[in-house]
Amino acid sequence: MIAMLQGAAAAQREVATRLGEPNAVAMAFFFAFIAITLGITYWAARRTRTTEEFYAAGRTVTPGQNGLALAGDYMSAASFLGIAGLVSTTGFDGLIYSTGWLVGWPVVLFLIAEPLRNLGKYTFADVVAARLRQTPVRLAAAVGTLATVAFYLIAQMVGAGGLIRLMFGLSYETAVVIVGAAMMAYVLFGGMIATTWVQIVKALLLLGGAALLAILVLARFGMNPVALFAAAAERYGDAVLAPGRLVAAPLDAVSLGMALMFGTAGLPHILMRFYTVPDARAARTSVFYATGLIGFFYLMTFVLGFGAMVLVGPEAIRGVDPGGNMAAPLLAEVLGGTPFLGFIAAVAFATILAVVAGLTLSGAAALSHDLWVNVVRHGEADSREQLRVARVATIALGVVAVVLGILFKGQNVAYMVSLAFAIAASGNFPALVLSIFWRRCTTEGIVASMVIGTATTLLLIWLSPTIQVDILKHADAWFPLKNPALVTIPLSFAVGILVSLATRDDVAYEKFAAAERRMHVGAD
Amino acid sequence: MSEHRFRSLAETRWRIAMALTATMIAIYFGFILLIAYDKPLMGRLLTRGLSVGVLLGALVIVASWVLTWVYVRWANTHYDAGMDEVRRGEGAR
Repeated sequence: MIAMLQGAAAAQREVATRLGEPNAVAMAFFFAFIAITLGITYWAARRTRTTEEFYAAGRTVTPGQNGLALAGDYMSAASFLGIAGLVSTTGFDGLIYSTGWLVGWPVVLFLIAEPLRNLGKYTFADVVAARLRQTPVRLAAAVGTLATVAFYLIAQMVGAGGLIRLMFGLSYETAVVIVGAAMMAYVLFGGMIATTWVQIVKALLLLGGAALLAILVLARFGMNPVALFAAAAERYGDAVLAPGRLVAAPLDAVSLGMALMFGTAGLPHILMRFYTVPDARAARTSVFYATGLIGFFYLMTFVLGFGAMVLVGPEAIRGVDPGGNMAAPLLAEVLGGTPFLGFIAAVAFATILAVVAGLTLSGAAALSHDLWVNVVRHGEADSREQLRVARVATIALGVVAVVLGILFKGQNVAYMVSLAFAIAASGNFPALVLSIFWRRCTTEGIVASMVIGTATTLLLIWLSPTIQVDILKHADAWFPLKNPALVTIPLSFAVGILVSLATRDDVAYEKFAAAERRMHVGAD
Repeated sequence: MSEHRFRSLAETRWRIAMALTATMIAIYFGFILLIAYDKPLMGRLLTRGLSVGVLLGALVIVASWVLTWVYVRWANTHYDAGMDEVRRGEGAR
């Protein structure tokens, strides 16, 4: 109650907004979303009896559905709230994220989607381990998966907590617990079937909400985006249309770009989606749809960001939330009053909830399928046991997510996600590419690539200005780049190649011909 | 015959995948390097409200669409048909 009044008072001082006050429309949409998704979960729970149903939705998802679900999994709150916020407060610099977050998708299509579908079962580690020794590869892959998922989860939970606090006036901690509880319900009972449909509902809501917002913005500028950009430049100077301070150091921009481009192809919760479709061709088509939808969404972020800059104003946006994350909800309020604010806030919340569910499911798959079934039990666990372990893992991850969300209160949402991309790009992506396409790779080489890729990324993030200067308030950092991908991706490839060349793995060489055939023509 | 067909298709797919990946990398990092090393060019206005940077940013997104379309079209028409032949060849053996 006190937090609510303080939030409202703080908001009132800077800009006349009802953000932070209990909003009946937001509450109604939010509870409608929860009710619908729990209904879906109930329906899905009755269809979730086997591990194939729990992890891969019985492989019956159509390419169109999977395209939407991929888009739903990918368009996180960081993209919607974070990019709109960055563009509205920095102008052009925010667009570096908009483009960077799309260009990973063609890479997923060309290199990963089809081989993954044909070579694996539930996790990306299935593919990496296909020709290699199970135990070390699965252990290393699980570390990479869990590190990626942890960073991504922190970002989402922090976003959710802040958002609900601003929207409904609930306390941050309560909000984080609500997200954790709802997400656990989806994954525990409905597995991948429920998670997929939650993503589809969320993707439609987010695309629809963003499109409506963009149309309302453009309607004020004669449906001409250039007129909108001109209005922004008129008010805040031509500098908002040019690169600025965010990328003061050139190498920072390149490094961030590498993390975004190659990280997509190493995100465990995205890769897991390719197992939900019947075959490789469906996997291919689903990436094509996803690329179209996500690109459309990021083009809209240009309009939303500059729209918020012109119609709300950077000072007002920073006044409500210093990170700028409330730009899109504030824009909605200006354009459509409190009801539209409520709708957009509820959509943003649904977005976070769905992404968190997808992340948790992929983390649970790494813990149960990779670690428990294949490492501890050497593949000798029956379906009942596998499901039980997967559900225990889901509960454990849900609790960890809530705890991390509370511990990391107050961090910038977009940045935490780009760190997750750096780990995915350095720990997971090189190992996937080498193991799929290179006959000569060995167990030692791939494990070294994954372990060193993940470990150096974590180490360099710790030594980077992001942690040392921004968080620990030291004067400078030992490592100059905010994002380590420029160093860690080449390093991970180099380690994988050199260690493979220095070792032998005759079993892996022998299995290559069969694996290559399976990668192209499928399992049967 | 089927083995020969398989090899040539697998190699073609690899070449196309690499060429398209390299194109995407060139386009995107070209964009990023321009941001990093030629800020004045990116800030130059083509018309009131449209800078080179904003236009190129939108074109990067369009280029991603075009490249995925090129691959999907090739795979749907040539690669799938070829691999179907390989599969049938195996069935007959």
